[in-house]
Amino acid sequence: MAIVKDSVDVVIVGMGWTGAIMAKELTEEGLSVLALERGADRDTQPDFSYPRVNDELEGSVHRRFLQSLSKETVTIHHGLSDTAAPYRQIGSFKPGTGVGGAGTHWSGCHFRALPEDFKVRSNIEQRFGKKFIPDIMSIQDFPVTYEELEPHFDRFEYVCGTSGKAGVINGQQIEGGNPFEGSRSRDFPLPPNPNYLGGELFYKAAREMGFHPYPIPASNASGPYTNPYGCQMGPCNFCGFCSDYGCLNYSKASPNACILPALRGLKNFELRTHAQVMRVDLDSTGKKATGVTYIDSSGREIHQPGSIVLLCAFSLYNVHLMLVSGIGTPYDPVSGKGTIGRNYSYQNLNRVSLFFDETVQANQFIGIGGGGTTFDDLNGKQLDNAAAGFIGGGLVWARQPGAGPVRGVTTATGVPNWGTAWKKGVKEAFRHSFYYEVQGSCMSYKDAYLGPRPTYKDGFGRPLLRMTFNWHDNEIKGSQFLVGKALEMCKALNPKSMKGDAKPNGAKYDTTAYQSTHTCGGAIMGDNPTTSALNRYLQSWDVPNVFAPGANAFPQNNGYNPTGMVGALTYWTAKAIRTQYLKNPGPLVQA
Amino acid sequence: MKDHSTSRRSLIKGLSLFPVAAATAVSAQGTNAQADNSAASEYRPSFFNGDEWAFVIALCDRLIPHDAEGPGAVELGVPEFLDRHMQTPYAAGDIWYMQGPFIEVGPEFGYQGRLPLRDILRVGIKAIDGYCRQKYGGKNFVQLDHGQQETVMKGLEKGEIKLEEISGKLVFQQFLAEVRYGYFADPKYGGNKDMGSWKMIGYPGVRADYLDWVGVRDKAYPLPPVDLSGRRG
Repeated sequence: MAIVKDSVDVVIVGMGWTGAIMAKELTEEGLSVLALERGADRDTQPDFSYPRVNDELEGSVHRRFLQSLSKETVTIHHGLSDTAAPYRQIGSFKPGTGVGGAGTHWSGCHFRALPEDFKVRSNIEQRFGKKFIPDIMSIQDFPVTYEELEPHFDRFEYVCGTSGKAGVINGQQIEGGNPFEGSRSRDFPLPPNPNYLGGELFYKAAREMGFHPYPIPASNASGPYTNPYGCQMGPCNFCGFCSDYGCLNYSKASPNACILPALRGLKNFELRTHAQVMRVDLDSTGKKATGVTYIDSSGREIHQPGSIVLLCAFSLYNVHLMLVSGIGTPYDPVSGKGTIGRNYSYQNLNRVSLFFDETVQANQFIGIGGGGTTFDDLNGKQLDNAAAGFIGGGLVWARQPGAGPVRGVTTATGVPNWGTAWKKGVKEAFRHSFYYEVQGSCMSYKDAYLGPRPTYKDGFGRPLLRMTFNWHDNEIKGSQFLVGKALEMCKALNPKSMKGDAKPNGAKYDTTAYQSTHTCGGAIMGDNPTTSALNRYLQSWDVPNVFAPGANAFPQNNGYNPTGMVGALTYWTAKAIRTQYLKNPGPLVQA
Repeated sequence: MKDHSTSRRSLIKGLSLFPVAAATAVSAQGTNAQADNSAASEYRPSFFNGDEWAFVIALCDRLIPHDAEGPGAVELGVPEFLDRHMQTPYAAGDIWYMQGPFIEVGPEFGYQGRLPLRDILRVGIKAIDGYCRQKYGGKNFVQLDHGQQETVMKGLEKGEIKLEEISGKLVFQQFLAEVRYGYFADPKYGGNKDMGSWKMIGYPGVRADYLDWVGVRDKAYPLPPVDLSGRRG
């Protein structure tokens, strides 16, 4: 018999970026907010303190800041004819856990989507005709526009102390920024960070190709900053421990540094950690959530009643919770019916490594997660998709998030993996090489989706999620095109040697190699309840007192990192709850 | 240089033939400042047994040998790292999903067997020695000469050698990863004695503060490494 707790106005599942934003916004409205976090509480002190946080073995091998897969994971297969096997060891993507979630161990790349990214299907149809989109591709327009989200992109950047250079402010182009970006209402809160060698040389190489390089918007503070919540940040010192790590320096934006200090201690906010939410509980109609059931730190089953339930877990687990709770209809790839699990997409990441002689001091150990240089000339509407041969686009960028030898040293082509020649290759590469990356979009497809896999159970007896995903020709062509451009561009830098890892024809999704934690879709937003799980306010079409902000809402993934968009969508949802839902609880969009 | 390498080889071969307890004495006699393997031999393993320990030392010595490039894995204490690391929750499968059923799928889905890391290495050592005895007239891996050892290692790495019960390629990959971790991780874990690998590649360790050097292009980074305990290299 479950223990029943006192009811609250808002129950939040998960205390990463989306949970923290929601908690802050809704406590401001005077609501009682309870956050249930499956992992431990964490704060800069002591959890990210120097020097322990710089221990590569703990951070990148024992994966101190990531989610252990022992209790919760997913199963993966390439297609319906294959058997899905568990994702047993961390490889391709890295979910977070604990207070801060993946927002603790991210890098800090903080982009806005392009205005045309919101209308991918209609733009492609308009430019190249309906037949240009293959039948199996299930891309959809976002049910919200760039202009509607602009204040929320702005808000999130100011919460994060994002350091960058605007390219367009109120329609006016600004020299040095991205000339192709959507218009901003004002500049970034902080100027760009200084450039390391690879980021500096990127300008030269890109300009020789006629591209328009600009500083990557980085939520790694370039100077002292106090955000609108009163949380203070300090300048990034390029320690080289962003990806996989918490920030020792209050420089990288995180829920821990930028929001939690303003939440802790509020009378109408409570955080319960080690609280594993098992399901959202629905009433007899199945159309209303009564709260959630969770397992507490003593292993007791607790029913927590609440008026609004916000699914703020990592995108994959938001979808999992909807499936195990019976919210909406699971997607069926054969009939095309159902919405929960539909349109799972990913990110198309590729790398080009450049090797120089010992006079070139690239110093890869100097690092900043989000800082660097990129351009948008091959992204959005700048790219002629008919000529390029694929739908979507992407970025080529210089990024140097920090390298240490435990994390691995990329060596030049022909260097073996061990022995004297390997040692020589590592010595040559470690301080005298750097890499550029190609981050491509990933379209959504009728045969790429999330569903349950009952053969395998999580540590709480629930079926694991099943991810059905493989690379399609469109993304393989995109990888080859963009990596080709990157290699061509890099010739201007005269490296001793270089190598690129474009996906070969027929490439299969390899879950063992880290690529990106940008797992998107599965509970997407849309304007039609037969083809989306959420409406334009990220509200469940089926259970209107449930909202699910996160990258799960992306109908497909563009060439950018998702966090800026995730934050903006969350502020957009919070505003809708504050200004519309609370006055008249119910569906904010009529089906 | 040739003499030096020969004496070291006999030392390592010696280690494999003597019980672990005797290894210290052997090492003391074979003291050589440049190829000092005392780091490995003073440590008494508590995870690996005598035969396994000899195997680990021999494999470490081939994966990252002592040479003109810099220190080898054995002299930096990587065998000690491995012995200690195998006794952590990590090596017992703490962060892996370990529930069955265990099915065979393509290599894109990673290791799908039921063994945690520590048992992959143990089962692997036994299987590799079994292969070596069959192929090389009853000799274990440690009793082979360097050329033969490297032939076996390349066969495992390429997946050409099929072992009983376990994938030779998997065992090799896991060993290689662990040996690299031990070689490069902070000295507190038993390997990378005196930050030897960091000095070799020019890694400043946990200095973690480079703002003043971001824009420097014409000079090599000047400061020696610092480890987690605050020691300077």
